[in-house]
Amino acid sequence: MRNADVLRFARDAAAGYPLRTSLSVLAMAIGVAAVVVLTALGDGARRYVVEQFSSLGSNLVIVLPGRSATGGFSPANAMTTTPRDLTVDDAAALSRLPSVRRVAPLTAGTSEINANGRLRETLVAGTASTYLDIRGFKMAQGSFLPEADWNRGAPVAVIGAKIQEEIFAGKPAVGELIRLGDRRLRIVGVLKSTGQGLGMNTDELVFVPVGIAQGMFNTNTLFRVLIEAKSRDQIEAVKREVAAILKARHGGEEDITVITQDAVLATFDKLLRALTAAVAGIAAISLAVAGILVMNVMLVAVTQRTSEIGLLKALGARGDTIRDAFMAEAAMLSLVGALTGYGLGLFGAFVLRQMYPVFPAYPPNWAVVAALVTALSTGLLFGIMPARRAARMDPVQALMKH
Amino acid sequence: MSVIQLAGIERVFHLGDSVVHALSRLDVAIDAGEYVAIMGPSGSGKSTLLNLLGLLDRPDAGSYRLEGRDVTTLSPDEQAAVRSRRIGFVFQSFHLVPRLTAAENVALPMMLAGIPVAERAQRVAQALKDFGLDQRADHRPDQLSGGQRQRVAIARATIMQPAVLLADEPTGNLDRATGDDVIHLLEALNERGMTLIIVTHDPKIGTRARRQLMMEDGELRQDSASTRLRQLDDNPPGPLSGKGGDGESPAAPAPDKPSAGAA
Ligand SMILES: Nc1ncnc2c1ncn2[C@@H]1O[C@H](COP(=O)(O)OP(=O)(O)O)[C@@H](O)[C@H]1O
Ligand SMILES: [Mg+2]
Repeated sequence: MRNADVLRFARDAAAGYPLRTSLSVLAMAIGVAAVVVLTALGDGARRYVVEQFSSLGSNLVIVLPGRSATGGFSPANAMTTTPRDLTVDDAAALSRLPSVRRVAPLTAGTSEINANGRLRETLVAGTASTYLDIRGFKMAQGSFLPEADWNRGAPVAVIGAKIQEEIFAGKPAVGELIRLGDRRLRIVGVLKSTGQGLGMNTDELVFVPVGIAQGMFNTNTLFRVLIEAKSRDQIEAVKREVAAILKARHGGEEDITVITQDAVLATFDKLLRALTAAVAGIAAISLAVAGILVMNVMLVAVTQRTSEIGLLKALGARGDTIRDAFMAEAAMLSLVGALTGYGLGLFGAFVLRQMYPVFPAYPPNWAVVAALVTALSTGLLFGIMPARRAARMDPVQALMKH
Repeated sequence: MSVIQLAGIERVFHLGDSVVHALSRLDVAIDAGEYVAIMGPSGSGKSTLLNLLGLLDRPDAGSYRLEGRDVTTLSPDEQAAVRSRRIGFVFQSFHLVPRLTAAENVALPMMLAGIPVAERAQRVAQALKDFGLDQRADHRPDQLSGGQRQRVAIARATIMQPAVLLADEPTGNLDRATGDDVIHLLEALNERGMTLIIVTHDPKIGTRARRQLMMEDGELRQDSASTRLRQLDDNPPGPLSGKGGDGESPAAPAPDKPSAGAA
């Protein structure tokens, strides 16, 4: 029997029993769709986090006060009193390191902004002119904080897009005077909307020179020091040098934590990949179940078509021809089910993306390939037994069945 | 030359503790182009014999030569090839594939044999025309009458131009008139040289055949061919019938050769 004929025969046989065929196709489709949608969710979460982190800027090294939890507990740590503050002078010292391109100090607090007859609570970030480039932000109007001595700073402010919208209702804000807490500041720029940013939404921030912010909040400490390494290769060097210099400046205490975007990213990436794989594995169980269903459907088909098998043998069909025909049928059920499920899954992911536009819910290629391959191979694997049973059937007995 | 030669065929079924001798000590030879009816009561082994002739079943003992070749020792695949090319089956219950059209059912043996589509289509069209089914080519079995179904089945059985056509109660599911049509169709095929073997328990049909094999309890009770020979043996031609001398007569002439006494 020619291959084309085997396929046509199997197709007609499957089409001849629409209920049974559609049930097993459906089961397979649900299995594959589950894998596609769930991995789209998992991988979407991963991409979301990765994108969020990437938006922090490139070659970024972040210094925060205090030992990280991963530093472990040691008697020495327990003996120390509160860690020494991270200061503007520390940040300035860091900016002199050879592997460092830019440094931006960051201090933060909440205050009230009062302008244009409106009043609202806002987050205030005290930083420096370098911050814009480190974070890779763009200006919508005016310019960012001017270069100045970090300890003093001019009475100016840069506002986020949302603040501008809420307080100035779309009117140009540059040059306007605002009241921030007890300070009177002049707006020199408006940031372009970024819509994201882990933890803080920069659209709702007011940026002021770090000296002004420290005065406002009556503090000497920094919340963060953001460092941009000269290149990606220098990130490790920056980490080492920063740790060394701050240890020296803090009287030998290792009381700061240096994190890199890469490390955080890699951790999240690994975590969420594992999560996606686990979810895919769970969804794959439904594929195995679908495979078992295909096997049962094929066993029913073999039983139902016993007399047909007898007839085919009487007409000169060889055992392996009959086996191939039933295998082809099982493969078709699986293939059609897998493709239908793939379509359904893509549609499901599309619906997810429509519902949550910030969430890039695309199924990863490996999951799609794995789902399709698993569907096909379980279908074939579970198709072997019924097909063999058909091929081995005694023709005389088979012909007597009706 | 004999197209079929059976020697010492035994077929035994074990049903729990009981043993059924479905066929025992069977010796039969059938010549090419013969028209043979296998008759006998139900359970006498007719179908078992036919299945054996069609290579659907293997004997427990004895030899079966088809067209001079011992086919009992062939592998299953070789037997399938023989079934495909040399044997045609017609069944009581037609055994058409319900989802396939008449044309597709007729084409089935050629499809299994791997004959190209174009040749298949042409041969099916011819066969459907020959069997008066050209208007029914695209009908499914459930859209056909019993007689038409059996004609489709016969067209299918003969499409590969087999040497032997085996029919197991081909009229069993048909009314008298349609059954007669089917028998005439089979006989027409036989007249064109195809060896025809029909299993039937209907004496009216059985006696139409030129040779009858009477089965009983798995044994061949009577073979009309050898009966005629034996009758000739028992009543040798000649005026002296009262003497009844065994061995007096020489080898019997062929049955259809008019004997001197009958002349
Ligand atoms: N597969 C089988 N298993 C057991 N016994 C069988 C089987 N096939 C046939 N027989 C027995 O063999 C005998 C002959 O059967 P069969 O050839 O079908 O008779 P017929 O066709 O003349 O009616 C019967 O006694 C039947 O019960
Ligand atoms: Mg029978």
